[in-house]
Amino acid sequence: MPQVYIPALLRPCTNGQELVEAEGQTVRDVVASLETQYPGLRGRLVSEGRLLPNIAIGIDGEVSVLGLNETVPPDAEIQFLTAIKGG
Amino acid sequence: MSTPQYSLIGTRPPRHDGADKVTGRALYGADLKMSGLLHGSILRSPHAHARILSIDTSKAAAHPDCRGIVTAADFPATPERIVDLGEGETPLSYIRGNMLASGKVLYEGHAVAAVAATSAQAAAEIAKLIEMKYEPLPCVLTAPAAMAPGAPLLHPDLRCKEFGQPTTAPSNVADHFRQVMGNSEEGFAQADIVIEREFTTSTVHQGYIEPHTATALWNNDGRLLIWCATQGSFVVRDSVACMLDLPVSRVRVTPMEIGGGFGGKVPVYVEPVAALLSQKTGHPVKITMTRREVLEGSGPTPGSFIRVKIGAKKDGTLVAAQAYLAYEAGAYPGAMVSPAATCVFAAYDIPNQTIDGYDVVVNKPSTAPYRAPGATNAAFATETVLDEIAETLKLDPLDLRIRNAAKEGTRRADGAKFRRIGCLEVLETMKAHPHYSAPLGEPSHAAAQRGRGVAVGFWMNAGLPSSCTLNVHADGSVGLIEGSTDIGGSRTSIAMQAAEVLGLQSEDMRPSVVDTDTIGYTGVTGGSRTTFATGWAAHDAAQDVVRQMKERAARLWQVEEVQFANGVFTGGEHKLTFKQLAARVGEIGAPVVGRASVNPRGAGGSFAGVIVDVEVDMETGKTSIIRFTSVQDAGKAIHPSYVEGQMQGGSVQGIGWALNEEYFMSAEGRMMNASFLDYRMPTALDVPMIDTAIVEVPNPVHPYGVRGVGEANIVAPPAAIANAIHAATGHRMRHLPMNPPSVMAAILRG
Repeated sequence: MPQVYIPALLRPCTNGQELVEAEGQTVRDVVASLETQYPGLRGRLVSEGRLLPNIAIGIDGEVSVLGLNETVPPDAEIQFLTAIKGG
Repeated sequence: MSTPQYSLIGTRPPRHDGADKVTGRALYGADLKMSGLLHGSILRSPHAHARILSIDTSKAAAHPDCRGIVTAADFPATPERIVDLGEGETPLSYIRGNMLASGKVLYEGHAVAAVAATSAQAAAEIAKLIEMKYEPLPCVLTAPAAMAPGAPLLHPDLRCKEFGQPTTAPSNVADHFRQVMGNSEEGFAQADIVIEREFTTSTVHQGYIEPHTATALWNNDGRLLIWCATQGSFVVRDSVACMLDLPVSRVRVTPMEIGGGFGGKVPVYVEPVAALLSQKTGHPVKITMTRREVLEGSGPTPGSFIRVKIGAKKDGTLVAAQAYLAYEAGAYPGAMVSPAATCVFAAYDIPNQTIDGYDVVVNKPSTAPYRAPGATNAAFATETVLDEIAETLKLDPLDLRIRNAAKEGTRRADGAKFRRIGCLEVLETMKAHPHYSAPLGEPSHAAAQRGRGVAVGFWMNAGLPSSCTLNVHADGSVGLIEGSTDIGGSRTSIAMQAAEVLGLQSEDMRPSVVDTDTIGYTGVTGGSRTTFATGWAAHDAAQDVVRQMKERAARLWQVEEVQFANGVFTGGEHKLTFKQLAARVGEIGAPVVGRASVNPRGAGGSFAGVIVDVEVDMETGKTSIIRFTSVQDAGKAIHPSYVEGQMQGGSVQGIGWALNEEYFMSAEGRMMNASFLDYRMPTALDVPMIDTAIVEVPNPVHPYGVRGVGEANIVAPPAAIANAIHAATGHRMRHLPMNPPSVMAAILRG
């Protein structure tokens, strides 16, 4: 099952846990799974069906350009990163 | 794992555009001529911050050579909305406002109006006839000043996003974010030594030789045609379409040859203005900036205020780090502070980190990317503090870095975990390099002292979409159609990746960089991505060609299976080279056209280190570079000469940033050195030959193992030079540039 690295500022939503498991074949599914486990977390990541502008998705350390639509390998680690602007 | 053997990859064939470039036949934007062409000139603000009270164009319009005048009022009357042109979400009014100011001017050089006339000279003269009335306002020029209570506000509607959440009070801080890993306070408590220092860096410009230029024709069929110097034709298309409220299909952008960009030709400046003038006059309109306009009116890289604190054990193990990064965005939000945060400690495995980043607007031109944007400023701080730690602990500075080097599995403070990277290999190559153990040599005169410094830097690189089409010709040559502006030889490095698959020579390829109608979407030539991503597309397109050629051969030979290896197709008893089969394609089917588009993850970061020897004149403070070695992980160097060229170019720009370059700003926000006579960039006389050492730790996801090499090489030079100056003089430098007055002041302080 994919693991999700929770940034420090969002860890209050996951009871302080840094790494949590969440099911899903896409990042969108994973976010839905997170919301089921940790109500309120989705609102810190997504608005109106889109990632918040300050958030980027990393899959095993590589930034994805597909965001919520990115496919998630079963053993992947997903990271919610600070979006890079100006690069 | 065995090392792949290539026939072409790793060799140094001539570049396809070389002859045209050296004979002057290559066509740049300013070379463009067409029937009925008018010339545009832009009127710019003399004030760093002022309210526009009125714009009277009547005298200018009455001039017999004037053909049209535009201001911000000529943008379509569309309501304000949030747009995303690849640099994050931004109000449309900010994007338009940087093209032509509305309501206020926010920096000296801010465009306020533009004129089209029969000649460039006439346009410039007529622009001066436009009567502007301003109410000057107080200005702020640095991030700390703009963040201070009571600072003049650039945008009354700007609210800080604090950790992603909106706040309510007006502010010059557009964004404050924080990255946390572990517990830095607990980490510092475990440290035997903690060093905290503050740094400032001045605004610097990319300094590309060719000024911005664009020609626009608003055609009779309603299509807008643009020819320009850009790093990204699709970015120009999308930006202009957004600003002029057009569907992207109504805009076609043709990228001309480009005389340097380094990130500064990613944003648009003159294209929408030329388009508005063309719409108004019915003629094609060309605008070419002067050097002063480039320096005052295009985007430099941010000045910054940085505080870095690092804690280490006695054995040199790093246990905690903190960074406070306040970066100037210029007039509109978007400072390169988030990449700075990603890079500031990326070269090291430090378990406890806290990084705060601030994106701060100031009354300077809106900043633009510049080669590893944000990372050079940050590395200047980190790498000089590390040097001080090594000195205090009496450790070799490279041993300290090797002990703590990031490697596969190391997590950065932003949460990302490195895949296979070459940080350690770069550092070990530096340690083993003859330069590192060579004697410094005797100073050239009695008042001179010499020193050696080292530093390492990181850039994460980008992927982004790229497209490629291959047309197989009857003579066995292959036309390669791509959309990546060729800045540093990328036509050839991309073509080689297709040719390797096809078993051809580089000379058999005919690469062309084409307009936005002719090729699939392709991201900018930036982010060190072109050889990585467009090369990947070329590789995949070549695979598509091979698949189709096998089909043709199977039909020709009436066999079930066809093999292809080393440029030869075989099936049963039959055998044809690629070129022989290409000549017969017409007999057996449709022309062979291969194509591919990619949007890859896995750019893989690149690390680059510097060893530098300097000589400091203790009576004048002048620093001379005596010897300079750049070491960089290229993953796999497709064309080593172009990799070396990137390393040397980035190194020289880093030397200029370190020793000379800066915007001299008056208290009123006026740039006092807006020419290349006064904005001092290094020339060939100022630097020695830059030695290079290419490290190859293949990127595991790329077909050839490529890592982009365009940027990481500029990150370490200022820090390495600062460390060398310290070794020579005993004085730590904490401000860029380290020009003679700055070094002399440090010497005199004692």
